[in-house]
Amino acid sequence: MSSKVLERDPIAGAPGAPRLKGRGTPWRERFFHLSLWASLAVGVVFLVGLITYVVVEGWSRLDSRLWTNFPDLITPSNGGAQSAIMGTLWVIGFTALYCLPTGILTAIYLEEYADQNRWYNRAVEINIQNLAAVPSIVYGILGLGVISRGLGFGQTVLTASLTLSLLVLPVVIISSREAIRAVPQSIRQASLALGATQWQTIWRQVLPAAVPGMATGSILALSRAIGEAAPLLLLGGLTFITFNPTGVESQFTVLPIQIFNWISQSRSEFVALASAAIVILLVILLAMNSLAIWLRNRYSHKW
Amino acid sequence: MKSGAPGQRTVSGGPGFLKQSQPRYGEKVIKVLLVAASLVSVLTTVGIVIALIPPAGEFFGKVDFGDFITGTNWAPLFKPPHFGVLPLVGATLMVTLIALLVAVPLGLGAAVYLSEYASPRTRTVFKPMLEVLAGIPTVVYGFFALKAITPALQDHWPFGDGPQIFNALSAGFVMGIMIIPTIASLAEDAMSAVPHALRDGAFALGSSRMQVSTRVVFPAALSGIVAAIVLGISRAVGETMIVAIAAGGQPNLSFNPLEGMQTMTAFIAAAGIGDLPTGSTGYQTIFAVGSLLFVMTLVMNLLSIRLVRKYREVYE
Repeated sequence: MSSKVLERDPIAGAPGAPRLKGRGTPWRERFFHLSLWASLAVGVVFLVGLITYVVVEGWSRLDSRLWTNFPDLITPSNGGAQSAIMGTLWVIGFTALYCLPTGILTAIYLEEYADQNRWYNRAVEINIQNLAAVPSIVYGILGLGVISRGLGFGQTVLTASLTLSLLVLPVVIISSREAIRAVPQSIRQASLALGATQWQTIWRQVLPAAVPGMATGSILALSRAIGEAAPLLLLGGLTFITFNPTGVESQFTVLPIQIFNWISQSRSEFVALASAAIVILLVILLAMNSLAIWLRNRYSHKW
Repeated sequence: MKSGAPGQRTVSGGPGFLKQSQPRYGEKVIKVLLVAASLVSVLTTVGIVIALIPPAGEFFGKVDFGDFITGTNWAPLFKPPHFGVLPLVGATLMVTLIALLVAVPLGLGAAVYLSEYASPRTRTVFKPMLEVLAGIPTVVYGFFALKAITPALQDHWPFGDGPQIFNALSAGFVMGIMIIPTIASLAEDAMSAVPHALRDGAFALGSSRMQVSTRVVFPAALSGIVAAIVLGISRAVGETMIVAIAAGGQPNLSFNPLEGMQTMTAFIAAAGIGDLPTGSTGYQTIFAVGSLLFVMTLVMNLLSIRLVRKYREVYE
């Protein structure tokens, strides 16, 4: 939207057009422009610095030991993160299984069925917006008090993935709603005019058109779940686990928790190990982010 | 743009000759399913309240609420225990303040640059980079603060004693960097929503780009910008891993950012790791501090949602 305005730059003028005579750009303008540019640059420089730091620190440990060996408290130089990598895959798999259908169905209800003038639908909407900004440690308390101890699911993969799916559910709902809203009304009207029922219209017309947007949002939501450590701290995912999960009833650890555990150790070998595990985690997340951006660019189209 | 229920309305509410020939049970089942799914988010909120209130209630049965909220000594696991929450709240506010000093100017600067100055090509390069910053796990930020920022500060501290190994300053600084994308993207949305006619008018009157940005676009988008900052505060108050790793685990009612201190979230995390027995007062402190945290962030979230709605209504 704003790019249209930026293209016809009133200071520079259209290319080829005679420049208006001015007294040059005052130093205040230049300073302002420079400081705006600098504030963007700080974040980018920080990002580059952080990535360089973990790669350099973790370089000596970035080999196959990292994913073939289990954590080792006595000889950290031989330890790996296999149980954490497998635990992450298990927990995120079940998180996706719980939160994606729930989130997408909620989005369909709110966009296609709910009457926005009804107070209860607006309450649901505000509730979701608020949940999106509730601190993740509060979800940990929910998982600890209600799911783990209240429902008696214990400190298992099941508890962890239920907790994480509630945590990222608002993100899935909000992004799916945006994808559904982007499908033009004329497509629905055409389908209904041909005699399709409302669900047939949604299932065969609206959803196929909205899938790329939903996929983008879902990937971003899951990549947030992969990086979360705070709620899982409360669910007991901290012990040195030297086995891979075998089912939803299994105990578990995940990469961020394993990293946190290693950071808390005083011996310097653990710093290298933590850095190497961070590199793995960042590679997974960057891959997911790039996939999301690629999906958005590849399949987004103007109607 | 809002899609109501066009299909239903024509079939069920129309004149007699358009009466539905057969009841569509499948459609009704699907609608029930959709409503059930959307109840999950309502139940989440109910679940949070159920998780927090009863244990917090039990806690306040044993500890006076006034002592809790005004006490200056937090030592719940000592004998005798002290339950004054102010050191935790003070540390939370200290870290939040440092984070905002970093995130507000840099976030707003980045937002103004992206919305008013950047060419479309620059935007396509830098916006995803900022988004990556938001996607980095906070445990990584905490690690970086503890192992890279703090030693760098200690080595190059110009006056007096440098920061301690655990300190509020590096935790707050790194948290500020983490919050930049939150503030930048929401503020940029608000500024992009300002109608172009306002900018064109100002340019036509001979304003420079800086004048348009600071005197036209910025004031017009103010409620959205405030909403972005409020959301940033809420993020900072609720952030756990950075403070648990880099700010330390020692409750400390101090206003010196170079010292270690324990925030509310860091206490909850530390107490949660301890695997406390259900029903003990130590276990219940998690829920008492959690309730306080939830109420604080709830107020700010609702304020932010209100402000976002306000500016959307003005310019649509």
